[in-house]
Amino acid sequence: MRTNNNEISKGIDGLLLLLYILLCLVGIVSIFAATYNEGENIVDSFISFRTDYGKQTMFFLFSLFAGVVILLTDSKFFTATANLWYTAGIFLLLLVFPFHSNIKGTESIIKFGNAFQLQPIQLCIVFANLALSKYMSRIETDFTKLRSQLIAASIVVAPALLAILQQETGLALVYFSFFLVMFREGLPAIVLVIGFSFAILVVATLLMDPNILALILTGIGLLAAYFMRRQIKRYKSVLFWIITIWAICVSIQRFAVPFIFDHVLQPYQVKRIYDTIGKDYIPKDAAALADIEKNTPQKRDAGNYNVKQSKIAIGSGGLLGKGLLKGTQTRYAFVPEQRTDFIFCTIGEGFGFVGSMIFLSIYVILLFRIVTIAERQRSAFSRCYAYGVASVLFFHIAINLCMTMGLAPVIGIPLPFVSYGGLSLVTFSIMIFILLRLDKDRQMVLR
Amino acid sequence: MPAFNQSRQTIIRLIFAATFLIIAGRLFILQVVSDKYKLLALDNAVYKKVVYPDRGIIFDRNNKAILNNTIIYDLTVTPYEVRKVDTFFLCKLLSIDTAEFRERIITAIIKNGRYRPSVFEGLLSLDLQAKLEENIWRFPGFTLIERPIRNYLYNAGAHLLGDIGEVDTAIIRRSNYFYQMGDFVGRSGLEQYYESVLMGQRGIQNLIKDNRNRLQGSWENGKYDTAASAGRNLYTYLDIELQQLAEKLMANKVGSIVAIDPQTGGILTMVSGPSFDPNDLTGSTRQKKYANLALDVSAPLMNRATRGMYEPGSTFKPIGGLVALDMGVITADYGVACNGAYHGCARLVRCEHHNPGHAANMRLALANSCNSYFCQIYRLTLDNSKDRSVKKGYARWEEYMNAFGWGKKLGIDLPNELPGNIPDTTEYDKDYRGSWNSCTNVTLGIGQDKMQVTPVQLANAMCIIANKGYYYTPHFVEKIENETAKDSILNKFREKHAALTHIPNEAYEAIHAGMQDVVESGTARSAKVPGISICAKTGTAEKYTILDGKRIKLPNNSMFVCFAPRENPKIAIAVAVENAGFGSTWASPIASFLIEKYLTDSIRTDRMKEVERISNTNLMPSYLKRKQFIADSTRAYFYFNLRKDSSYIKKYLRGYTIKEKKPVKAAQPVKVKASEETVNNRKAQRPADTSSAHAFPDNKIIHIKRPPRKADTIWINDEKHLKNQAS
Repeated sequence: MRTNNNEISKGIDGLLLLLYILLCLVGIVSIFAATYNEGENIVDSFISFRTDYGKQTMFFLFSLFAGVVILLTDSKFFTATANLWYTAGIFLLLLVFPFHSNIKGTESIIKFGNAFQLQPIQLCIVFANLALSKYMSRIETDFTKLRSQLIAASIVVAPALLAILQQETGLALVYFSFFLVMFREGLPAIVLVIGFSFAILVVATLLMDPNILALILTGIGLLAAYFMRRQIKRYKSVLFWIITIWAICVSIQRFAVPFIFDHVLQPYQVKRIYDTIGKDYIPKDAAALADIEKNTPQKRDAGNYNVKQSKIAIGSGGLLGKGLLKGTQTRYAFVPEQRTDFIFCTIGEGFGFVGSMIFLSIYVILLFRIVTIAERQRSAFSRCYAYGVASVLFFHIAINLCMTMGLAPVIGIPLPFVSYGGLSLVTFSIMIFILLRLDKDRQMVLR
Repeated sequence: MPAFNQSRQTIIRLIFAATFLIIAGRLFILQVVSDKYKLLALDNAVYKKVVYPDRGIIFDRNNKAILNNTIIYDLTVTPYEVRKVDTFFLCKLLSIDTAEFRERIITAIIKNGRYRPSVFEGLLSLDLQAKLEENIWRFPGFTLIERPIRNYLYNAGAHLLGDIGEVDTAIIRRSNYFYQMGDFVGRSGLEQYYESVLMGQRGIQNLIKDNRNRLQGSWENGKYDTAASAGRNLYTYLDIELQQLAEKLMANKVGSIVAIDPQTGGILTMVSGPSFDPNDLTGSTRQKKYANLALDVSAPLMNRATRGMYEPGSTFKPIGGLVALDMGVITADYGVACNGAYHGCARLVRCEHHNPGHAANMRLALANSCNSYFCQIYRLTLDNSKDRSVKKGYARWEEYMNAFGWGKKLGIDLPNELPGNIPDTTEYDKDYRGSWNSCTNVTLGIGQDKMQVTPVQLANAMCIIANKGYYYTPHFVEKIENETAKDSILNKFREKHAALTHIPNEAYEAIHAGMQDVVESGTARSAKVPGISICAKTGTAEKYTILDGKRIKLPNNSMFVCFAPRENPKIAIAVAVENAGFGSTWASPIASFLIEKYLTDSIRTDRMKEVERISNTNLMPSYLKRKQFIADSTRAYFYFNLRKDSSYIKKYLRGYTIKEKKPVKAAQPVKVKASEETVNNRKAQRPADTSSAHAFPDNKIIHIKRPPRKADTIWINDEKHLKNQAS
């Protein structure tokens, strides 16, 4: 393997690397804006890595170092060890159960002393991506078959289930974004459509009176029957299907959703979902109420308070923003968790609508670039992997931004490259650098 | 790799694009369309701090500041920052125990939260403040915070200067929400009357606060701040040295002194006794002292100069004489043969003098204060030939009284003035069912009956006589600092009222001559000051009160009015000393000292002894002790009934030693023996009674027979009820 510097940069996608570095720098500046205290010696803080922005810089430098190491490895290394990594990841996840320490209501973190903590579920995203790509790119995999579809699904759902068991629902949901990869590789569109419809139905159930919704559903069913009356005349089974779908919808709305909310989800999670759609949740029994109180810090409506303050921060930015370090909401710590999950507030308040749109467009260009990169791969492994990266990033970005603006429940997932957090930055960096490494060998067919 | 899936990249791109479009739309609504969030952010982060200006300073006529501002300290605590505090030492300094310390910290957390400072101990005394300042480094989380208070530099003029206090909801509503909770406003005296001048203009400072309401500095570098402008100063006519002398003379007496400059209407001195030290009510002692003063039956908080209603007695006589002379019913040479009483009516009105010729003319009658003479001319006034009916005559007489400023509010620059009382004809019609004549209220002629005036009205009437008919509404404030045309508040005091200038000069001269004789050879020889021609009139008004269900006669009120010098008068004085005896014994020397002090700027050294003697004499009426006892035991019993806890009796029944111990029933409040400490306090508060011969058995035990009562009856604080119970 040739390891001189000229060779490293050869074939690397410059735009992707540039966007990555840009986002990381934006992240450091945002964390700086969110946590800087008047009178701090900035240079000193950056060098000594004591402050949050200093630490983030350190992690960024570490990520770059890891990136160079990844670029120096052989691209076959990833295909060869994908399953091994996945196994190791699952093993780590299992290790969490005996060794976890309880931080911020989650049980998914292992602590090594005071300085270092590891959340395997975050790291596992990379491994699951590799393993999924490996499985999908096997010659013997025929993705049109239900069996392989189920195996692929179980590869991604297994860590998600473990995550749910570790009280980390937010990150568990990330794994479902891999269905986008499967969709690209031939998963029937109907699966996504059904999933999407189901989500809409659930939201509608929460928002609307059950009887009215049932009437609407019946109306839709009757309309469908009317427009398809010709087909119904020809094939009686169409009518049967329409009635069946109607029945399923109504039963979901009538029985399944209440059942899930009452028996499956934790009361505090139900409350957060209700908070998002702007309704009050009053649990029926005292135990549920106690659970909500236990999981809402500082005795105030945490989810609601965060979102309210975050919306105020973003909204008060106006068209052009208040300027760096001038936002009153972020400077004076009105938004909890503003250096991590709610980092977008800093940008929204400081740089306004214009700044936020520029920031958003960086993400859009990044995602589209990754899709372009994916489509130019010769090997299915690389393509699947690239789509995996795009899906995971997309899910993180979309949910995080929606969360800060009150469009999605507060489920605590970070904004890629920008949110404070060493592990999350390193994980996303590794994903990007592996992609860059694979893209370098885009003409090769990897198995 | 099935090729047909290639098209799905477009769908994925579309999903990405659609999601980002939704996010962009939401951003647009949040940031560009809606204004709500900008306001909310300001609400969150900007704290509008009200900056209170310094209140205006009040000066006396010699430009000496008599009321200014000073700073006192509060000890505040920020519970969040309290770490490793030397609790024991702090408790020792504040003389509290650790349990109390804990309780106060918890109260602070409940009140203001952990992160904001709350008052731990307010209004520190100077001594304590010095000790705390030295040791404050030992107590992290504790800070001393400045708090401006008013400072009465001469410890004088408590009633007239008034005090400031926090606004209540009624004031806020009345001010149309100009004041806010926590503002201080003048609550009495000049502080209240000139509130709009003294208060200045509040400033607003925009400060940034963080998520825990901790202040972080100014917002936008103070671009939107408004500066506070200090209150304007008041320059008064008051002579603070005269005021101090008057207060000294009035010590341990119930009554009032008012001295006015007749030429301007400016009040030189206004004293109400018993008084108090106004500085007691500003600092750390306020709570305790205020409660003591408010519950005292001698009402030290009341300004008797404007709210004390006195029968003028003989001091009315110059006015009665003027009215009769002006009406033309008599001339100055008119005489009455008095043999010691007035026999004109069925009721006998006694006179102090028997010798014939003591009322041979107006001048002599005034000098000798002949009751018969003034009863006679009063009747002549009412039954004059012009009016033909006693009611018309009375109405005319009443008009004269109103012209002298009696029976209506004068409108001086102090709040809550009382109008005195000059009864209307309707009042007599009601009382006597329409059939009354000049005999019915003949004692009005000698300033008794239903006639009541305040000392300010009395002094003002002297001004009118001294000025031969005109007066200015008595007032304190001569000018306001930086006065502009907009300050209309003083206009009414600069207006000359020519109320009685139609009375001929000869009439005034006759009255003046008579009043001068009062000092030269009459009842007020004790008021003589060599080299100064004083015109005066003594008065002695009878007083009654109802105590323990019996109407008892009290010692007479000692009244005195005067003005000096006779030509070009400079000072007019009214003195009232309650239950002190003759006007010539107490009131007239007091007035003469004031005249001497004011006109010659000093008091002769041989007379200083007399000043000391009067000052040291205790003339507090002895019935007050009994009244205090009744009020206190009623209150104590009331609270006992509320709480069913006899320790409350101890709390409300202050300082009585019980001499005779009779077997008493269970619920009797007086059974409790007051602690030695409270007894001593009590003694210090009221100097030992030396002179009074009218002692009441102030420690008599009230026997309360508890009636059989229903379970839910609540006894109210009803003196009458208690009296009925008392044997």
